Amino acid sequence: MSITKVCGIETEYGIVTRGVEDQNPIAASSVLISAYLDEVAAGGPNSGDGPLLGWDFEDEQPDRDARGFTPHGSQAPDIETHLVNAVLTNGARYYVDHAHPELATPECSNARSVVVFDRAAERILELSMNAANRILPPGQEIVIYKNNSDGKGNSYGCHENYMMDRETPFGRIVSDVTPHFITRQIFCGAGKVGCEAGLGPDEVPFQISQRADFFEEEVGLETTLKRPIINTRDEPHADPQKYRRLHVIIGDANMSEIATFLKVGSTAIVLAMIEDDFLPTKFSFAKPIRALRSVSYDLTLRQPLALSDGTTTTALAVQWELFERATLFAARSGLACVGDEVGRDILAKWEEILTGLESDPMTLADQIDWVAKYRLIEGYRDRHGLEWSNARLNALDLQYHDLRPDRSLSRRVGLQTICNETEIETAMSDPPLDTRAYFRGMCLKKFGDEIVSANWDSLVFDTGEKRLRRVPMLEPLRGTEAHVGSVVESSVSAAELLESLGA
Amino acid sequence: MTEREQIRKTPTESPAVEVDETPGVSDQGEKLKAELDDLLDEIDEVLETNAEEFVRSFVQKGGQ
Repeated sequence: MSITKVCGIETEYGIVTRGVEDQNPIAASSVLISAYLDEVAAGGPNSGDGPLLGWDFEDEQPDRDARGFTPHGSQAPDIETHLVNAVLTNGARYYVDHAHPELATPECSNARSVVVFDRAAERILELSMNAANRILPPGQEIVIYKNNSDGKGNSYGCHENYMMDRETPFGRIVSDVTPHFITRQIFCGAGKVGCEAGLGPDEVPFQISQRADFFEEEVGLETTLKRPIINTRDEPHADPQKYRRLHVIIGDANMSEIATFLKVGSTAIVLAMIEDDFLPTKFSFAKPIRALRSVSYDLTLRQPLALSDGTTTTALAVQWELFERATLFAARSGLACVGDEVGRDILAKWEEILTGLESDPMTLADQIDWVAKYRLIEGYRDRHGLEWSNARLNALDLQYHDLRPDRSLSRRVGLQTICNETEIETAMSDPPLDTRAYFRGMCLKKFGDEIVSANWDSLVFDTGEKRLRRVPMLEPLRGTEAHVGSVVESSVSAAELLESLGA
Repeated sequence: MTEREQIRKTPTESPAVEVDETPGVSDQGEKLKAELDDLLDEIDEVLETNAEEFVRSFVQKGGQ
């Protein structure tokens, strides 16, 4: 039986300081995040008891490989323990990573919840910009972009995480989810002008994905060099005997809520099917990296992709097959693992989008990022008679992802939404109710002064006794409102809370 | 007919249904086109003034 697909998104944002000679993105990211934390601590509109400065690195092991070995020459990312690193009252982590501000959403129980917290994250970045720009010298301005590439060969990620059953063989995950990762970009690609893998504007004027150019391996531990389609980082942030966390590094950051919803939703269902070994058709690509890029470069979605057995398929055919299996899976096993109602919405949207892509992708300009961006840029190009190499088109591309409301182009193209304003506002300060993020967030809200540090799977309290007390949270679906809501509510101190919990 | 073929009917038939509603589809197309035209009319007010300089100076450090 597939397990609940607890999931979340971590986004590294592009950052620019205008009005300075030399960019210092690490310093700018620190200023950005610190300014936000200071405002929240000072009782801004988004304040609870307060976010926490202090991430607990006790359980960080990004160099552990899910394959059980680490190939020679393989390089895991270093942990930067000295930079700004905060836990927010909504359960998120907000920090400086690799010269970018990064926000990891709290653990969510379903794809819709991820969309809400991803939108809340954008809003937090927007408030951070405002806060930072109030304290910067006149003439300077920090601007944040939710994209994945600078157009000059430098990329930064938007990663997804999914909880999986440890019993599922990792080899099966690799073989069965790779076809999804190669082809899902047709609905969750964010679009990009040009190519950063050596082809010119005549060959690739516009492509579907921001990230396809940067992937060079099929499987591996790296995230910053020689990026692999399947990342093998084995760092479950939960009971390692029972769970694995699939760390997905291949996605684009989406501006469209529907794209984020379908990206996370379809992937969650595919992973659930892999746990149940429910995918009989194996799409073994002859050259996975070449296939990944072919899909990204082909706006017709008709490009044949070579399989190992000598036959060919297309991105749409792979997606239809996965969708059909998902429909069967839902009928046979139900969709409780992704949320019953959300699961039905995922299937309906998946079918609608594939149908649209098959008949005419341009009909999806209000739902799919690459289509919305392409239509805008092609319209502008046509009106002004511009070549694809014209810098104004690259500017439009970048500005699609600008998080300033008065400059953002993605806000102007009429994208449909699925979250409402109230829930986004709430998600900026309040945690989800149905994962352990509830316990983390509510404890920070209520007993923030008595928490020394936090991470994904524990909280450390200082209740004034001799010893600090660590509360492990190894079960992502415990510590929910249903489990601990009344205890958290009724306790007047952390000591009383820990007493009641028997911790 | 196998189970898979039965399921497959749904997606392949749905575009055909939409073709029957051509007037609706073209209305939608017209509407989208009108909206795009409006957006293109006003976009220069929002765009970065010196596109070349903006694009040239947009350099990021590689991340994950």
